[in-house]
Formats: sequence, structure tokens, C-alpha cells
Amino acid sequence: MRAGALPTFLQLGGRKTAWAVLIACFLALVPLQRGVDRQLTAQRKLEESLYLPSGKILRRLAMGHEGLLANIYWTRVVQYFGRKKLAHSARFDLLGRLLQITTELDPQLVIAYRFGAIFLAEKPPGGAGQPQVALQLLRRGIVANPNYWRLWQDVGFIYYWDLKDYASAARAFQTGSERPGAHLWMRVLAATVAAEGGNIASSRLLWSEIYRQADDDQIRRSAFEHLQALRAQEDLEEINKLLGQYRQKQGRAPGSLQDLVAGGYLPAIPRDPSGAPYRLAPEGSAGLSQGSKVDLRLLQ
Amino acid sequence: MLAVETCDLTKDYSIGFFRKRPKRALDGLSLRVEPGEVFGLLGPNGAGKSTTLKILLRLIFPTSGTARILGRELNDVSMHARIGYLPENPYFYDHLTAREFLNYVGELFGLGATERRQRVDRLLDRLGLASSRDVALRKFSKGMVQRVGLAQALINDPELIFLDEPMSGLDPLGRREVRDLILDLKRQGKTVFFSTHILSDAEMLCDRVAILNRGRLQGCGDLREILRLGVAATEIVLENPPPEALKELSPFNRSVVWTGERARLEIADEADVPKALSTALRLGVRIVSLNPVKMSLEDYFMARIEEFSHTPLDQDLKAVAQEKEVKR
Amino acid sequence: MSRVASIALHTFKESVRERVLYNLIAFALLLIGAAILFGSISVGVEEIILVNLGLSSISVFGLLMAIFIGIGLVSKEIERRTIFSILSKPVHRAEFIVGKYLGLLLTLVINTAIMTAGFYVALLYQKRTLRLADLLVLEAVYFILLQFALVVGLALLFSCISTPVLSAVFTLCLYIIGNLLGDIRWFGQETGNALVENGTAVLYYLLPNFGNFNAISQVSHGEGIPGYLLISNSLYALLYVAILLSASIMIFEEKEFR
Repeated sequence: MRAGALPTFLQLGGRKTAWAVLIACFLALVPLQRGVDRQLTAQRKLEESLYLPSGKILRRLAMGHEGLLANIYWTRVVQYFGRKKLAHSARFDLLGRLLQITTELDPQLVIAYRFGAIFLAEKPPGGAGQPQVALQLLRRGIVANPNYWRLWQDVGFIYYWDLKDYASAARAFQTGSERPGAHLWMRVLAATVAAEGGNIASSRLLWSEIYRQADDDQIRRSAFEHLQALRAQEDLEEINKLLGQYRQKQGRAPGSLQDLVAGGYLPAIPRDPSGAPYRLAPEGSAGLSQGSKVDLRLLQ
Repeated sequence: MLAVETCDLTKDYSIGFFRKRPKRALDGLSLRVEPGEVFGLLGPNGAGKSTTLKILLRLIFPTSGTARILGRELNDVSMHARIGYLPENPYFYDHLTAREFLNYVGELFGLGATERRQRVDRLLDRLGLASSRDVALRKFSKGMVQRVGLAQALINDPELIFLDEPMSGLDPLGRREVRDLILDLKRQGKTVFFSTHILSDAEMLCDRVAILNRGRLQGCGDLREILRLGVAATEIVLENPPPEALKELSPFNRSVVWTGERARLEIADEADVPKALSTALRLGVRIVSLNPVKMSLEDYFMARIEEFSHTPLDQDLKAVAQEKEVKR
Repeated sequence: MSRVASIALHTFKESVRERVLYNLIAFALLLIGAAILFGSISVGVEEIILVNLGLSSISVFGLLMAIFIGIGLVSKEIERRTIFSILSKPVHRAEFIVGKYLGLLLTLVINTAIMTAGFYVALLYQKRTLRLADLLVLEAVYFILLQFALVVGLALLFSCISTPVLSAVFTLCLYIIGNLLGDIRWFGQETGNALVENGTAVLYYLLPNFGNFNAISQVSHGEGIPGYLLISNSLYALLYVAILLSASIMIFEEKEFR
């Protein structure tokens, strides 16, 4: 019946029409979706903070896959932090919550605790500036991983670096040094901090260890920058000492660091760890030049 | 020992969702099948033939009554090793080839590997499936599937074979083959129990039949005896008998039917037949054939079905005998 | 070969022809391969992510296979009426059930083995070398297989009772509830209501406790599973599967095939 009958819809060039409609509609969808996205972005930002679920409930619902969920949340932590850093945002409001969920899902995901120790505690713009929250996180981590001595190292680090509570820091280092497998320097550090409080040698030791142990790129970079700052700090102290000597001997302040070189106090104009030369600041003390990548604010 | 024996077999189903009305599919069926005979279970569709077979094969369970196969209780599963079964409208594992399927069945019978292979090949040959032995069953025609069904029913060389509507869906050639197979099985001394609603097949094959209608046994007995019930007559076909001959023969015959040049005379009384024959011979009329006219199974069947009568067979025989007496 | 073994092998061959099987295996292997990419976000967690994603994939896809094929184990044979030619042979109904069960279990074991092999290939690619400690993952795989044993038993039981769709729903529901039994019981204890508390306790012991078998997270941190847990879980699975098979056999023995 079909063969000799009236031509079908498709035969009448209907196929071309159908394709045209298909493609046109798809093309129309793209700007439409983008418009919707633009309108919803503001709402989504709000939802971001409201819809973080409880880690404990998630763990129950995970039905044996909580490890995977923890990994997914860990990925979100890294992305969140990286995104904020990229946007030069100084606020990391969700970091604490995200880390909490991650560690509630997998209490043995040690890297989460360590990440929090660095970036939850650090003052903005480097971190969230919530050292107490970081300590809380670490305490839960220690309960779940009692033999992981490095968590004690991190506790001590927060007390030492962010809270300047050297007594508590020394106690934490001491406890950590008693855990199986703890490195010897923990005991040495405990004693040093107990006796002398904060000094550049201890700081350098801590940050070097953090750099060495770092499993995460962010942590390693932060440690590197801190070490650079510490190094620069030391250099500047040295230079300032030489400046003092110069003033005593010459009876006046030098005009620039070149004078120190001319006077034989320095072999050449020293460079900071980032390769930029030091300079004499207007206030009369040594300082970093404009092009330096070192950030002394990290040492606050 | 009887091949199959049922005693008051009853099967009730409850139909309906809330108010369960019982439907009686089988009502007090009592049958006996002798070893070595071909037994036909006849009846219209829905009479309970398949129900009976399935109860015997333990696919469904009777509400009451008992049955035995080869002297064993129905729940004696080991007895299945001595029987074969072809279900109605059989369906087998689509993805297997004929050979693979029969091999699987052979494994279930516990046949050894070599024995299996031999039997499978032999059966496939015997049933004309040799060329399709490695074709997937899903590609088989209805007739071929039926033959595979027969093969799986015979692979264990059973003493007793149950066939549920073995001819259904087959073309005349297929039906002929199945008929020949059944006769062959009988010749081997096996018992065949088959159900059908095609009376001509039963007529050709069975030694004894039972007629089932609406779950009740309407009649059961030797086929030959059943067919002798009813008006027996003899037909003589003569070639071109002259009118005088017909007049001489008229006191004997009941009717004359002309087909072309042949006249068919029906002679009611057996005693009159030799007289009619000699008359025809004397008059020089050519005799084409001489045959007894018996009641067909169909006639008997229809009569039983329509009557819904419950009288057992021997009463029937008595009644007919009395009728004959009266006639004399 | 015994009848149970015949039926099991036949069921295995039939399962292997299910095309969905290959799709699921492919998906699982794909995910495992992708895990290598995900892991590169953070150096410290590369291996943890691979183990978690790999084992979770094996678990989820195996579960889908178990349910998908399990629900049709008996109902398909009844619906397609192939059951007539099996039960008319000298086969006990119990042998049929056990054979079907073992056949599907065999299918799952082999599929899991394939996926686990894929996992180890990915692990090798990621770590360049494998150590003996990496065999710990097999302990978690063993527990996953024990879970499959339970799920197949459940699916088989429902397959004797109802249609494939309902069987799938019931089996999945029981799997989810079985994972949450610990919480359900805890919840019952918290309510303080004696009836609820006892009710949830009964449920806790009655329903299959899938939570016992969760070991993926543990293994991802290189922790082994204590020996007593391996033994007790094996026994639990054995006992519960015996319960499920017995129930299936009881139901199947009474079933009529019209």
C-alpha cells in the first residue's frame, strides 16, 4: 500500500525540516542555559553554605562507601581552597566545615587534618585564621589515629606559630615525641621551645619538616614561602646588624646597601631567597625590594 | 504392575480475588494404564487433560486422591529416570543449540559423557534434526521444536512416555512422523500415554482411550469395543450395477449412494452380507470394495460430551446389547 | 557430574550471555581507570582514591549484576516454561534451587575476579611496583563477595515469590536496610520506647546485616582485617545463605506450574 501511495512526511523533505528544528533548538538552548546560570549563581553561592550535610549522617547513608565519599569531599576541599586562592579571596568560610565532613566520613584520612593544621590556622589572606577550629580538628584526628605522631607535631605547630603559646607547644611536641616512630628532633624541639620560646631556628626546623612531609602541593608551596620569609628575615637581621656597625664606625647612616659593600662589610649586594636584591628602606633599616616574591607578612 | 494408576484424583483451583470460588479442574479421576499399551486421554479444550498430566509429572499437586506411576508414589523423583515427558507447546532454552540442550538433559539423567553423545546423535538423526544439531533453538520452527521435545523425552530410553498434545501445530508430514514414532515406541514394548483433542490420531494409535470433559471421566475403555458400539453396518461398493441387481439387493440394503459410476450400498444386518455378496456375484456385478462401517470415535465422543452422562462404560455396553436384542 | 553442578554450570553459561554483564564490567573498568586521573589532585591520596573508587565500583556494579540476574533465576524459567523440561527429570526441586544459586554466584565470582584484575593493573600503573601489602585489598574483595552471596540469596528467594520488578525492588530495599541496621537499632534504643526498642532489636537479628562486611575504607589505609572478623563474617554469610536457600526451597517445593 505504501509504495504507490502519497509520499510520506519524511519523503517530502520533512527530514530536512526535522533536522533544522533539532539543531536550531539546541543552539537556542545554549544562551538560555547561560542566562539561567547567571541568575542562579547568586542563589547557588548562598546554597553553598546552607547545604553542607552532616558528615555523620552522610557516613550512615554511604553504606560502606564512606571512604569514597571522603575522597570526594577531600577533592572539594582542595578545589575550594585553590579557587579561593586564585580569586585572591581572603575568606575561607567553608574550609572548616568541609574538612569536618571529610574527616567524619573517613577519620583516618590524615592529610585532611594536616591540611587544616596549616590553612585553617593561618591568618588571612593565607588561610582562614581559625586556629582553635584547627586544634579541634586535630584533636579528633588524634583520637582516631593515636599513633600518628605527626598530628601532635601539627598541634604543637599551631600553638607555636599561630597562638604563640610556647608552653602548650612544648607540651605537644613532648607528647608527640613519645609516640612510636617519632623523629628525634621532636624531643629536641620540645626542650628548645620550653626553654627559649619562639626563635628563628625552631621556626625554621618546623617549617622544614612541614615542607619535607608535605603530601599536598598547597602545603608544600606554603611551607616553601614560609621558609623563604624566614630566610629573608634572618638575612635582614644580619644586614641590620651590619648597618648598626656601620653607623657606629662611620658615625652616620649609609645611603644605600652599596655603601656597605664599598666599606667592605658585604662582599656584594645580597639577594633574598627569591633572587631579588635587598635594599635600604627609607626608615633606615634593610628591606625587600619591590620585585621580591618573598612575603614577610607570613611571619606575623 | 500398572504403568499408571490414578485413584479419585481431584484438583480444585480457587478463582477470584476476595470471594474465592473453587473451580474444579479434575473430579475424581480414576484411570488405569497397562504397561505396553498406547493410551489416549481425549477431551475438548479445558477438559483437564493437561492438568492430569501435570499432576502425574508432579508439576502441580492434587487436592485429593492418589496416583502411582510404575508402581511408585508421585513424589518419588527418582522414578522420573524411567519416564519421558513432552509438555504442551514446549519451550526450551533459546540460546542453546539442539545438541547442547539434549546434552544438558542427558546430564540431568546422570548419563556418562560418551553415552550422552551417542544417544544425542542417535536421537537427532532419528528425528531428522541431524543437520540442525548446532543451530540455536531460537531459530527452530514449531515442528522442529516439537521434535527436540520428543528427543528430550526419549533420551533416557524411558519405559513410559507422557506426551501432551504431541501433534499440536504440526503439518501433516510432522504428524505422520510422530504417529510413526509412537507406533515404533509401542513396538519396543514401551507404554505411551498421550493427550489429544484430535480424534483421528487417537483412532489410529490407541489401544485404550479415556474421555474427559469438564474434569470428569465420561468414558474409558478399549478402543475397538467403543467403536463397536452404535450401529454397525457393512458397505458394499458396486461398479455400475444394473437396476435389476439393485432391485434384488434392495431387501438387504438400507441406502444406496451413487458416486459417478459407483454405488455404495449400506447393509444393516451382518447376517445379510453373504447373501448380498452372492447375489451380486451371481448377477455379475463388479464388486469394488467391502468394508465394515463402524461408529467413528468422533460420533462416540460427541455423544458422550453432549449427554454429560456419568454412566460408566459397561453400562453402555449393556444398554447397547439390550438394544440389539430388542431389534432381533 | 552431579545434577546440582549441571544446573549450576548451565545457569552460569546462561548468565554469561546477558549483555548487560559486559556493559557493567566495562563501566567498572572505566571507572577504575579514571580513578588514576582523579588521584592526581593530591599526591598523598592517589592510592587511597584508587582503592576506594576501585572497590566501590566493584561493589556497586557487582550488586547490580547480582540483582539484575538474580531476580530472573526462577521467575524466568517459570515464565518461559522451560521449568517443565527440568522438573520432569529426576531432579529434586531443592537441587534446582541450589544449582541456580551456585551458578549465579560463580558468575559473580568470575566477574569480580576480572574487575579486581583490572584494579591491580591500574594500581601497577599508578605505583610502578606492587608490594605484598597490596594483597590486603583482596580481603575487602572477599567481603564484597560475601555480600554478593547474600544478595543473590535474597534475589533468588524473591524470584520464587514474585515478578522480576518487585523482586528487584524488595532486594534493593533489603540491601539498603541491611546496611542501616546498626543505625536502626541505635535509633530504637534512643527512643526509650520498649516496644520500638525490642522491635528494632528483632529486626537487627532477623534481617541480613550488610554493615558487617564494609571494609573498603579500612583497606584503603593499608589496614588489614582481623582474622576473627574474617572467620565470623564467613560463618555469618554461610548461615544466612543457608536460611535464604532453605526458605527458597520450601517455597519452591510448594509451587505449582500451570
